[in-house]
Amino acid sequence: MLLASSPFREIRLDHMSRAFGAHNALKNVSLSIRKGEFIALLGPSGCGKSTALNCIAGLLSTTGGGIFIDDKRIDTLKPEDRGFGMVFQNYALFPHMTVRQNIGFGLKMRKVAKAETDRRVEEALNLVRLQGQGHKLPGQLSGGQQQRVAIARAIVIEPPLVLMDEPLSNLDAKLRLEMRAEIRRIHNQLGATTIYVTHDQDEALSLADRVVVLRDGEIRQVGAPSDLYERPDHLDVAEFMGYRNRLSGKVIAKEGERTSVAVGNATLTGTARDNLKIGDVAVIAARADDVVAGTRSAQTVEAVVETIEYRGREFVGTARTAEGLELVFHAGQTAELGSSIWLSVDPARALAFAA
Amino acid sequence: MTSLTSTPFEYRMSLRQRLALRGIDGVTLLVLPAVLFLLAIFIYPFIYGLILSFTPKEGGAFANYQKFFSDPFLYDTILTTLWLAVPVTIISIAIALPVAFRVRLMKHQRLLTTILVLPVTLGTVLVAEGLLNYLGPQGWFSRTLMLLGMVERPLKLTNNYWGVFSSLIITGFPFTFLLTLSYVSGIDPALEQAAATHGAKSWQRFRFVMLPLLIPGLAIAFCLSFVQAFAVFPSAILLGAPAGPTRVISIAAYQAAFEQYDYSMASAIAMIMAAVQLLIVVAVLAVRNLFYRGSTAGGKG
Repeated sequence: MLLASSPFREIRLDHMSRAFGAHNALKNVSLSIRKGEFIALLGPSGCGKSTALNCIAGLLSTTGGGIFIDDKRIDTLKPEDRGFGMVFQNYALFPHMTVRQNIGFGLKMRKVAKAETDRRVEEALNLVRLQGQGHKLPGQLSGGQQQRVAIARAIVIEPPLVLMDEPLSNLDAKLRLEMRAEIRRIHNQLGATTIYVTHDQDEALSLADRVVVLRDGEIRQVGAPSDLYERPDHLDVAEFMGYRNRLSGKVIAKEGERTSVAVGNATLTGTARDNLKIGDVAVIAARADDVVAGTRSAQTVEAVVETIEYRGREFVGTARTAEGLELVFHAGQTAELGSSIWLSVDPARALAFAA
Repeated sequence: MTSLTSTPFEYRMSLRQRLALRGIDGVTLLVLPAVLFLLAIFIYPFIYGLILSFTPKEGGAFANYQKFFSDPFLYDTILTTLWLAVPVTIISIAIALPVAFRVRLMKHQRLLTTILVLPVTLGTVLVAEGLLNYLGPQGWFSRTLMLLGMVERPLKLTNNYWGVFSSLIITGFPFTFLLTLSYVSGIDPALEQAAATHGAKSWQRFRFVMLPLLIPGLAIAFCLSFVQAFAVFPSAILLGAPAGPTRVISIAAYQAAFEQYDYSMASAIAMIMAAVQLLIVVAVLAVRNLFYRGSTAGGKG
């Protein structure tokens, strides 16, 4: 439907940098985004993801590098001349304009004819499922509806690139899931090239074609959601992807990628993500789902239960090892607080990193 | 007995609870001093003056008002005052608005705000004296222009309309500016960014986003600044031509009271003055009601 009118192949960030005084908020970020791709910029707060988005939007000027659409340099243009659509964290709807006027704002600025504007606004209203709400002011809408208006306003101008700055962070948990599906549906329908900023890895993994993990202003890893989830390149990326358990010890055996590490009296095995030799100090990283309470063996770690929660199908708890390390585990049945349990780590799912 | 009062859980509320439900509690008493103050220094003098204005020295109840509106020397003062107050207010706001737009983005707002607000603390008389020196025939303003060869004779900028005009701007501007600044900074900066990313150039952002959201605030700023300027008295005498072009309405009231000792007439003039101000303020507020007056935030927090 929309967006057929933006003929370009890729958007390229070329060593994009931004410094605030002595602080480098973005360091040489380079990335090629294919037309139609949905990219998530993921990272903890302060990692530079919002700075990156504002630089691309033109709301912040870059202090190094360039931004290109094919071969056209755009980081020298003002935001109004870039022609992107943007969805803000607090929606930033014009409170004095009706929903219809809000959505039609970009078209009005582009001096699109009235009939054409009306048609496209109506189309956008249908797309975000706000039929019959066009006459209302933003203040009369719920948070989820305001978000839909903000999305409609950004896409109605058929921009080459849609930027979204944590658009779901102001919604409650249920609405967040609903709008997430909605954003994916709209993307599938329009195929608009999108850069989506979030600190929530679930959002990034479920929405994006490719996830860019940022940390301290640098790209740590770029990849498909399943790549990041199953094969994070770095320990900090792994941590961000839910590998909350980290046990360190010396490498005692290697068999291809399978690496065995002696942790206390136990031998834990995982897939190596770094170059590890026998005798190196390594970290075994595992998700809570892959650490399971069971019977004692040579592959289990002893720990004392500190908390235990019922989660419907199973129990999730935390336990502390003799070395003082906190582990998160799953269990089929409840365990007494203060009692010792034996935790095994799934060797097929655990990863081994250099410490 | 109705069925409602017979339910077992219906207890009688205490007087305190019932008052609290109507929004009256101990804190309500705190408005008492303000109410007394208003009664003593505003309501009472106003009613006293109103009655006084209808009891003229000679003639019927409306004699003072008839006299005022039949004598051009008196009724012209309304136009003279409006001719000063309205342009001064509009120009103050017109200057304050762009300055406020810039200052809102600054880091060291406080310093600049202090400098801009300083004239308030000087008082009208000091400003008038200063202007007499600077803008007078021997002042540096005219002398600089003559030195540059831009004029041949000193400009006449004091003891006429322009003297009063500039003094009103100088003393009124800080007030207008502070009000405007608070309205301008009250608008969510994300709205302007949203407008920019969706293609609005700076003029369009002002015209379609900022201005419509500012109008209600600017209307209030207009009313307050206008009322201040309308009551001009010292600078109209010190810097103006109080017998002619700057014979403002407060001078007429002053002369009636303290030169002709006709307090009744002076009261009538004061009432007319109040009525004119009220008329303008009501008109401006009526226009304000035509605009969007709600929150200037762009969405949920």
